[in-house]
Amino acid sequence: MNRREFIKLSSLLAAGTVTPPALLSGCSSQRLPGSGQVVTTPTVCDICFWKCAGTVYAEDGEPWKVVGNEADPHSTGRLCTRGTGGIGAYEDRDRLRQPLLRVSDNGKQTFKPVSWDEALDFVAGKMREIADTHGNDRMALLAHGSGGTHFERLLKAYGSHAYAHPSFAQCRGPREVAFALTYGEGVGSPDRTDMEHAGCVVLIGSHIGENLHNGQVQTLVEAINQDATLITVDPRFSVAASKSQHWLPIKPGTDIALLLAWMNVLINEGLYDKDYVDRYTVGLEQLTQHVQPFNPEWAYLETGLDPKLIRDTAYAMATSAPATLVHPGRHVTWYGDDTQRERAIAILNALLGSWGRKGGFYIQEKVDLPGYPVSEPAKPNTDWKTIVQPEFPLAPTGVSQKILEACTEPGSHFKGLFVYGTNLPYTIPDIRATLDAAAANLDLFVVIDTMPAEITGYADVVLPECTYLERYDDLRNSPERVPSLALRMPAFEPRHETKPASWIAKQLAGRLELDEFFPWGDYSEVIDWQLRQVGSSLGEMQKIGVKRFPRRTSMYFADGEDIRFRTPSGKIELYSQTLSSHGYDPLPKYIAPEKRPQNYYRLNYGRGPAHTFGRTTNNPLLFELMPENAVWINPLVASQWKLQNGDYVQLKNQDGVVSNKVRVRVTERTGPNAVFIVHGFGHTAKGLRLASGVGADDAGLMTNVKVDPIMGGTGMRSNFVTFVKT
Amino acid sequence: MAHYAMVIDTKTCIGCGDCVVACKTENNVPAGLNRDWVVEATRGTYPNLTTEFRSERCNHCSHATCVYTCPTGASHYWRDSNIVLVDAGKCTGCKACIAACPYDARLIMHPDGYIDKCTFCHHRVEKGLDPACVSTCPTRCMHFGVLDDPNTRVSSLLQSRNYKVLLPETGNRPNVYYLL
Amino acid sequence: MIEEVLVTARSNPKIDPSLGVWSWEVPMYLFLGGLTAGIMCLAALMILLRKEDDAPWAAKKMVIWAPVLLTIGMGALFLDLEHKLYVYRFYTTFQISSPMSWGSWILLLVYPASILLILCSIRDAYPRIASVIDRFSVGHWITTYACRHRQQVAQWSLVLGVFLGFYTGILLSAFSARPFWNTGFLAPLFLASGLSSAAALVVLGTRNHSERFMFTKYDIGLISLELTLIALLLVNLSTGSGAQLEALGLVMGGEFATKFWLYFVFTGLLVPVVLNYWEISGGRIWAFVSPLLVLYGGYMLRLVTVEVGQVSTWTSYTHSFDPSLLDLLR
Repeated sequence: MNRREFIKLSSLLAAGTVTPPALLSGCSSQRLPGSGQVVTTPTVCDICFWKCAGTVYAEDGEPWKVVGNEADPHSTGRLCTRGTGGIGAYEDRDRLRQPLLRVSDNGKQTFKPVSWDEALDFVAGKMREIADTHGNDRMALLAHGSGGTHFERLLKAYGSHAYAHPSFAQCRGPREVAFALTYGEGVGSPDRTDMEHAGCVVLIGSHIGENLHNGQVQTLVEAINQDATLITVDPRFSVAASKSQHWLPIKPGTDIALLLAWMNVLINEGLYDKDYVDRYTVGLEQLTQHVQPFNPEWAYLETGLDPKLIRDTAYAMATSAPATLVHPGRHVTWYGDDTQRERAIAILNALLGSWGRKGGFYIQEKVDLPGYPVSEPAKPNTDWKTIVQPEFPLAPTGVSQKILEACTEPGSHFKGLFVYGTNLPYTIPDIRATLDAAAANLDLFVVIDTMPAEITGYADVVLPECTYLERYDDLRNSPERVPSLALRMPAFEPRHETKPASWIAKQLAGRLELDEFFPWGDYSEVIDWQLRQVGSSLGEMQKIGVKRFPRRTSMYFADGEDIRFRTPSGKIELYSQTLSSHGYDPLPKYIAPEKRPQNYYRLNYGRGPAHTFGRTTNNPLLFELMPENAVWINPLVASQWKLQNGDYVQLKNQDGVVSNKVRVRVTERTGPNAVFIVHGFGHTAKGLRLASGVGADDAGLMTNVKVDPIMGGTGMRSNFVTFVKT
Repeated sequence: MAHYAMVIDTKTCIGCGDCVVACKTENNVPAGLNRDWVVEATRGTYPNLTTEFRSERCNHCSHATCVYTCPTGASHYWRDSNIVLVDAGKCTGCKACIAACPYDARLIMHPDGYIDKCTFCHHRVEKGLDPACVSTCPTRCMHFGVLDDPNTRVSSLLQSRNYKVLLPETGNRPNVYYLL
Repeated sequence: MIEEVLVTARSNPKIDPSLGVWSWEVPMYLFLGGLTAGIMCLAALMILLRKEDDAPWAAKKMVIWAPVLLTIGMGALFLDLEHKLYVYRFYTTFQISSPMSWGSWILLLVYPASILLILCSIRDAYPRIASVIDRFSVGHWITTYACRHRQQVAQWSLVLGVFLGFYTGILLSAFSARPFWNTGFLAPLFLASGLSSAAALVVLGTRNHSERFMFTKYDIGLISLELTLIALLLVNLSTGSGAQLEALGLVMGGEFATKFWLYFVFTGLLVPVVLNYWEISGGRIWAFVSPLLVLYGGYMLRLVTVEVGQVSTWTSYTHSFDPSLLDLLR
């Protein structure tokens, strides 16, 4: 197939019978909830990536509610807003129902619903063609979510080890690389922050509370309840800022200046943890010399923050150390120098002595869970490193936009692409032209998803997956304070023709004669086998949902303990030799941000507690909470533009791209130099009947992408917008 | 007379709306209708600001004008407590109660014609559980219990912390308290 | 600056973005109830003040409309109910604190009173109907009873008429939650309006020129009374609490200013009172214009009051998400 037109999944899905969600239609009787036949099933939530364990309740065969599992260290028995709305994902009327195949109908390309056999035969056939014509290392996978591992296994068995998760280059990649360079290991997920024991928490732009990673919110609130000092650095008065003793309304893009100034104060006034730094770190001399010019007075000129405030907050941090956590953030791809900013955060934590200490960063531990015995596939000829590491030698995993670029001419290393659970046009900034080019060039484009999101318009084949409430997935074995295993099992039969990723991958493997790499019938066999290796069983887990295991290692460094870090020097590297030898700055440098054009405002985006970016905007329960986003405009700016609450405007960015219209909210919570919107709206896929055409899409406005030279992260906060009145 | 109260700590309420979704699923509230909601109140001028989040619902007032206004007795107090319930079998749908609530606590019109409202999840309270919203709140800022017993969590919170209720001047004596 | 916003979208129908539970049905009921009260009061007063001969239509013939209009009004009220099958529940209990419950039972008393008031004059007013009724022994007995106790019937009708008129006002003023309604002035205002509407009905219905003149003159007094009470109501709001000041703002330059001042006060009160004055001063004009405007004004009073009262509130938000988006879910 040479050219792919973008097919809009609109009336294709709207036609046909619509099953009204039983939960959301009116109840004619006043029967009290829970008085019928109630059945509970354990599950692990998949609405975001915190993976809380919960229990699904069904009453009289109908879905009722989802509640947290109390034994679960991720959720402590309480799910977040999105998790509680999980039933909506199951009930969503716009879900993908059947496999779809791109066909040409009177010269126009459209999707035809086909049987699983036909769809899978098509995919397998194309994969065989690609292997024969170009080689079996020419397929790639872009994935986000639990089911991605099944397709990784499939492609590895096939011979392609080229994959990327957008959560690296579009989200937390910079901090993983920065912390690995400093401490020898990354922060990980769930983040190893020990906030509930912290005496002082510093948030650099992190808006926990609107960003609703359950454990992060719960531990931060525990810190607040224990009167920890909360310092928030954010140009916007976020929820976290509203709970802070110190809010630093920093000028956007100047965080490194502040971090350097804090280092300056701590070092020059001798407030850092001398014993810790002596014992565990290397590079203090170079760091000391490096930070001399960056005193608070200098930082004031860059950041707009009062030098006294900078000093006072440094003192607060030092007073609580080592129980002071400078939070590394989560989505940190902002300005293109993000790895360096995260390096600064890592260094600051080292000066405070918080890594490996109570109230700072604890040591994670997983359950020692053996993998199911499967033959090891042959080593591939090329893999993701071939594509990524020439430009980004320090990237430890695939960089999604590079993989995608390698699907386009010229060069076009990849001939086939699987996209699982990630809506690329809204995930990677300024990627739509690349996607078009990839779609035009690839021999095979497969999308596996639960919803008819925009990405499906590019595919040859759309394979509908069932939601997490309808399937088994790998046991959740997260590195945490307490090692635990959590079971996800089906609470309901898969709706329509949807199937789990494990089934789809195995079916494809069968057609490609790769059965030896999938030596099981149903995936639950794998889970049962794994559980038996650690003294449990599928039967037990189906009852309890979560099983905790005792720690074997200590959660913190012992006093005076001798530690060898997995860095080249064996110590915490304040000064990074690795960075230096690759030609990057070994110590973070401050680069001033671009100037804001006249009448333009920095596009500040973020999260809202009701949604997991664009994934949930069509979920009826969550749509009801937040059906659209609103652009926050400072009252001074609003009066200048004669904008009022309830008006609708379009946003136009510095390159002339115009968004669709968005509701205006006039609020003091944003300064006059920036506007704020919640990411994930402005969908164009007509198949998403609730979300389509509602709100503004910030991803489309991010045409000025600042790529991090160290690991390929796509910095998204360097765009400015003005208003176009409708 | 059991005096039920809900106490919500604004210090740790983040306005996430989990309580709203939990109520919807627990009580099978019809699509597009809400028994509770979240309000955000910001004071000041950038950058000198404070923001307060509040989860709001029917206040189950001790002197509920909606109960007094109801012509058929459909709006009533449950079992000698201050939990206000609506008996669908007596409700004529005259909507006087909706107009009578000074908090515009938005008793809602069920599609079948009767008034629906927050019930403090009395079906859970009966079993010794907290209302769904309180049980779900991820920051644990919501508390529920009886004020008659001075040793309950809600009683001790109101004794030890500053608090407010919404619009006390209405005279309705609301029972949702916000810790400051 | 205080900015209070709804964080979660809310779109409970008839409640968001502002209260609108009652549209035309309740104002229609209140108007017809007031008119009925006015009819009964005027008829009773004509009897008690021994002015039956000066005002034969008002005293004897008009009353037959009372139960008819009241029934139409109750029909409108029935249409407003959302749970119609349960309407009988109004009559399985008496809730002493609920004005609406009082009203349901008062109406039960108004019907027999109005029937008696009709019957006590029916032999003069509608001889043909009277002869039909007299054919039945029960009918004959009641009619004779009513005629014999004419004065008491009139007294009780006056009392019930005043109760009914006041009740239509108290029904709204008892709502402490609605600042625009929560004033003692509403009860006498609605009674005055009911009397004024009944007087206009006399002007329309009677063929007797002097009776028409008389009630045109009475209506000037009644409309002036209405205008006075409205002015006092607004003054009361203007010196009240914050919520009352905001409620006042709705009609003084707010979204209801035009409706209130132009469509109601000017067209429904000022124009008719001027026309009436001109008429009794000897001016010539079509006789039906003024009373029709008075009746229109009576309805408009209820309509505007019900609308503005619902919008007046103690709570408000500067921003929320577009509530109509939630219609996609229904």
